Amino acid sequence: MPERELKRKSPTERSDAPVVEDAPVTSERGEKLKADLDDLLDEIDEVLEDNAEEFVRNYVQKGGQ
Amino acid sequence: MAIAKVCGIETEYGITTTGGDGNPIAASSVLVNAYASIEQRKTGWDFEDEAPGNDARGFAPEGTMAPLVETHLANTVLTNGARYYVDHAHPEYSTPECSNPLELVVHDKAGEEVLRRSMAAAGITLPNGPRVVVYKNNSDGKGNTYGCHENYLMDRSVPFGDIVVGVVPHFVTRQIFTGAGKLGVETQALDSDQVHFQISQRAEFFEEVVGLETTLKRPIVNTRDEPHADPKRFRRLHVIVGDANLSELATFLKVATTAVVLAMVEDQVTPARCLALADPVRAMHRVSADLGLNTTLDMADGSKATALEVQWEIFSMASKYALEEGLHAIGDPEVCALVMDRWEFVLRGLESDPLSLVNHLDWVAKLRMIEAYRDRHGCSWSDGRLSALDLQYHDLRPERSLYARVGMETLVDQSAISAAVSEPPPGTRAWFRGKCLARWSDTITTANWDSLVFDLGDDPLRRVPMMDPLKGTAELASELLDGSTNPAEMLKRLSS
Repeated sequence: MPERELKRKSPTERSDAPVVEDAPVTSERGEKLKADLDDLLDEIDEVLEDNAEEFVRNYVQKGGQ
Repeated sequence: MAIAKVCGIETEYGITTTGGDGNPIAASSVLVNAYASIEQRKTGWDFEDEAPGNDARGFAPEGTMAPLVETHLANTVLTNGARYYVDHAHPEYSTPECSNPLELVVHDKAGEEVLRRSMAAAGITLPNGPRVVVYKNNSDGKGNTYGCHENYLMDRSVPFGDIVVGVVPHFVTRQIFTGAGKLGVETQALDSDQVHFQISQRAEFFEEVVGLETTLKRPIVNTRDEPHADPKRFRRLHVIVGDANLSELATFLKVATTAVVLAMVEDQVTPARCLALADPVRAMHRVSADLGLNTTLDMADGSKATALEVQWEIFSMASKYALEEGLHAIGDPEVCALVMDRWEFVLRGLESDPLSLVNHLDWVAKLRMIEAYRDRHGCSWSDGRLSALDLQYHDLRPERSLYARVGMETLVDQSAISAAVSEPPPGTRAWFRGKCLARWSDTITTANWDSLVFDLGDDPLRRVPMMDPLKGTAELASELLDGSTNPAEMLKRLSS
């Protein structure tokens, strides 16, 4: 096992330990995430079933296990 | 000592048809039979630009016809050792027995590929038939659910009660990383005015802690005792609480963490504190609705803990177990290191910011996608477009799949998945099953998990039992198969 497994804190210790914040999201990275999300939404608008209401209404399954 | 956690996944896929009579049983049969007919005609079939009746040579020899597709209940066993069939009005794919959770991810993904090829095959063999589409999810949003079951090999000598005590806290809380996410509420288990999105597709359908049922009064621990192996030595734990995952990491952790918990049960490892829940069924529902991961659950000893805290406790116990006794039952050292590394990774991610796992876990990816869509289009939670997004996340067609668009990280190579569509895992009896089918399917009348039946033309039929899932491996049986030019020879060598 990796060595850090040896040094793992127990959950109790961990909750008392200072919370280590992730490096703050840089504005550059934030912009990139937002651009990625915009691209995803554009793509979704393209491929989403045309008549969403009807598609959802017609999606009926017989029960299974 | 814990025995090897041979594992497999059975997935019932959602199915829709346009055109045709809309009968899901017929449509499921079309898929399975179309795949079987094409599979048997030719391996490595290329579906690009194919038309069914057309012969590339420009003519059709007399007596040659496009493959007939029958619609009776289909049941077929593939050369990769998997079973592909129709069950409860759904196409169902049962992976071959795998020797570790990472190999199972490959075979679970290969199952998706088989379903994709089936959709294409159905279009080729029945060009004017119904258009069939399959979804890898677990509910229709209207109160109907269908399963994704896991199976684990266990030592028969372990009392079933020990298994129940060990797995219930895990099954109630593992959904925080195995959940596939869904909009809304479909049962009386939760308040639909309060809950707009759930972590798990399946959780709200569970009503009992322990029981035999799989379709009614579903239990968190299913007692089905059908080992498909020597019943004196083995038990097959049939797990029905899981969601069908598209995320490879979610599938991996779903199986791997459960395998670790079961190995600990076999080795009689118990947690430092009692993890028994006061009301496991209620807890299961509450965890599914706990998007903030801060709901406290009542423990049997009167204390309280969040799902995440229970998972940290199980993880700590597993870390200690890994150090002291090793995870040899789970797989080779690399797989074991990956299990512990990824388990800790997702728990840390969920603890600090679930959104950090947007490229790793299904429920997080889906929730983020739905929230972003709501922001852009200003829709209410009841907007049909959101439900369409939810369903379409699971659409297996590449041109429609939203899962394929969220940038999910993968764990296994596409080349390994493609190979697993026809190649069995080498480390279990699935190897022998698959290889015999690949060589001599004409002489095999029945292929089952624990036997193959050969018809050599002279009575009687010859049955080869395979009661040990760890026999019939490439290592143990390749000499036998390679040294036999036909099944008669193989059977003779087997009985000598």
